[in-house]
Amino acid sequence: MKKRLRKIIIAFIIFLIAILIGKINFINIDENVLTIIQIVLYILSYLIVGFEVVKKAVVNIFHGEFFDENFLMSIATIGAFAIKEFPEAVAVMLFYQVGEYFQSYAVKKSRKSIASLMDIRPDYANVKQDENIEKKSPEEVKIGDTIVVKPGEKVPLDGIIIEGTSMVDTSALTGESVPREVKVNDTILSGCINLNGVLEMKVEKEFGESTVSKILDLVENATNKKAKTENFITKFSKYYTPIVVFLALIIAFIPPIITKTDMLDWVYRALTFLVVSCPCALVISVPLSFFSGIGSASKKGILVKGSNYLELLSKTEIAVFDKTGTLTKGVFDVQEIKNEDGISAEELLELSAYCESYSNHPISISIQKAYGKDIDKKRIIDSQEVAGKGIISRIDEKQVACGNIKLMEELHLENIQPVDGIGTVVYVAINKQYAGYILISDKIKEDAPKAIQELKKAGVRQTVMLTGDNKEVAEKVNQELKLDDVYSELLPIDKVNKVEELLKNKKEEAKLAFIGDGINDAPVLARADIGIAMGGLGSDAAIEAADIVIMTDEPSKIATAMKISRKTLKIVYQNISFALIVKIGVLILSAFGLASMWSAVFADVGVTVLAVLNSFRALK
Amino acid sequence: MKKNYILEDLDCANCALKIEEGVKNIEGVTACSVSFVTEKMIVEIEDGKEKEVEKEIKQVVKKIEPDTTLREV
Repeated sequence: MKKRLRKIIIAFIIFLIAILIGKINFINIDENVLTIIQIVLYILSYLIVGFEVVKKAVVNIFHGEFFDENFLMSIATIGAFAIKEFPEAVAVMLFYQVGEYFQSYAVKKSRKSIASLMDIRPDYANVKQDENIEKKSPEEVKIGDTIVVKPGEKVPLDGIIIEGTSMVDTSALTGESVPREVKVNDTILSGCINLNGVLEMKVEKEFGESTVSKILDLVENATNKKAKTENFITKFSKYYTPIVVFLALIIAFIPPIITKTDMLDWVYRALTFLVVSCPCALVISVPLSFFSGIGSASKKGILVKGSNYLELLSKTEIAVFDKTGTLTKGVFDVQEIKNEDGISAEELLELSAYCESYSNHPISISIQKAYGKDIDKKRIIDSQEVAGKGIISRIDEKQVACGNIKLMEELHLENIQPVDGIGTVVYVAINKQYAGYILISDKIKEDAPKAIQELKKAGVRQTVMLTGDNKEVAEKVNQELKLDDVYSELLPIDKVNKVEELLKNKKEEAKLAFIGDGINDAPVLARADIGIAMGGLGSDAAIEAADIVIMTDEPSKIATAMKISRKTLKIVYQNISFALIVKIGVLILSAFGLASMWSAVFADVGVTVLAVLNSFRALK
Repeated sequence: MKKNYILEDLDCANCALKIEEGVKNIEGVTACSVSFVTEKMIVEIEDGKEKEVEKEIKQVVKKIEPDTTLREV
């Protein structure tokens, strides 16, 4: 790199001297001698800066590579020498090399900044054996080993804490800047940074299977799944160079024959064509922009599995959400306890908890959780499940019935009004007397309403919610979220069908994204144009099934992802149109003899450097 | 079978495209993708042909970018 820069500087100084002695004849020597000195200096300068290029061109010709940029540059400059445009020849080679230098500097720099963005790879693990601690590479650590993570260190492997409490920074994984507290028996994921306490943990996954490896693998390989735009550029560049070279040949020979004008002038124009015949600006900046975009997303806890998905995301017009676990927390909590006269709320909850204590149903579990005390099994004399309706138990001397409205009807209870609420209502009757109800429901995520609004702002036309829950629950949830369409009481297969239907009715260019929690909606995630899984942290199923994984469980991250994708695509299009306009402009101008080779090389190199710099913006 | 390579000192983006194209045309290669940004190449090779294909991949890379070294990961 340094050597290259030195060569450029030396060649540039010699080049300047050659020009200067032509302008100011210091020592009053003969004009002819002076010209010869000048030519020698030009050739010297050219060889210093361009020898490598010419050598590569020759080698590549033997390999059968004709349209390679070295070859084109060599032809353009040697051609310029041949028609006695010496300063031009040197300048073109010089600026070409300056451009190459800048370009490879910029590329290195951006590779580095992207790498630092994903600097979550742990370097070592402190393995504890007996009382000794040994530093090992994370790959060597086995499942079941005990490792120690000191403050400031990265957690190298996934595991479970066996000693110590601490705050950990999960921002590298989730983009979430607030540290999380961890204690004994908590699962801790590789890639987190331990902030204050010393933690001892038991390794549960090998390095290759640990979260950090999976994430790195995903992001690093993301650019191998190329976007449509990238494939377009690949195709375009295949034809662009041969076409420009062919045009150059035509310009060099046909017009002088027809118009009988000076051939040298036309050759000069043709050589200018060759200078802009490399599609470098496009070929470099487009993948770089996509990768910057993917890097920037991963920094915010959004894993994009390929450039193609980032591209598709920017075209998303229909966002289909699964309800439970995606827009709502998916955790059922007791929201309300309504007791009738003659019984206290506490007593109602206690009896319900006892009544349902033999059931593993999520509803029972949430009632147990709300009750919070141990169940004295001796108090339960008998417990019978009434399929699809509820449970009837004998607790102490009381008969307690907990269940849905159908159970209450079966018991012929009077004065029960069906309760209208979001969630599941558990009615309770004690000794065949209605005693009240417990409302259990899922909570809407705090940022869900904002997420829907933001998506609309980001260009999504239609938002849809699919749920297996009943209509009332779905509509209650939607009062707060205000999605465009809600489809309820769907079985998993119905969700696939619904998405199929939406896919069939949309326009070809409009893309459909399905957002789920990845747990039981893998078929839908696969069927949608883009499958987005929420709360991917630690869930292999979600990471497997989706195209985009949101590491936290905030739906508002989807809007963030869309913004990143739109920005990236905007930069990609800017680069493409900018490069094309400049190149075509130079081609037209030089065809009419209005552009010099100088300006052409400036334009060509300048476009590449600017496009690379522009693609940096996608990182922010 | 899938193989991952690193193309060290891959300096020119156009060459990355050409390498991808060249490797795709090798007999026994079903898919190839080169990422210029990460200097990575993923090649899918028909089973049983790995040896010959690998040799040819090396030749293709040498031919297009003599300065680049191919390393399997």
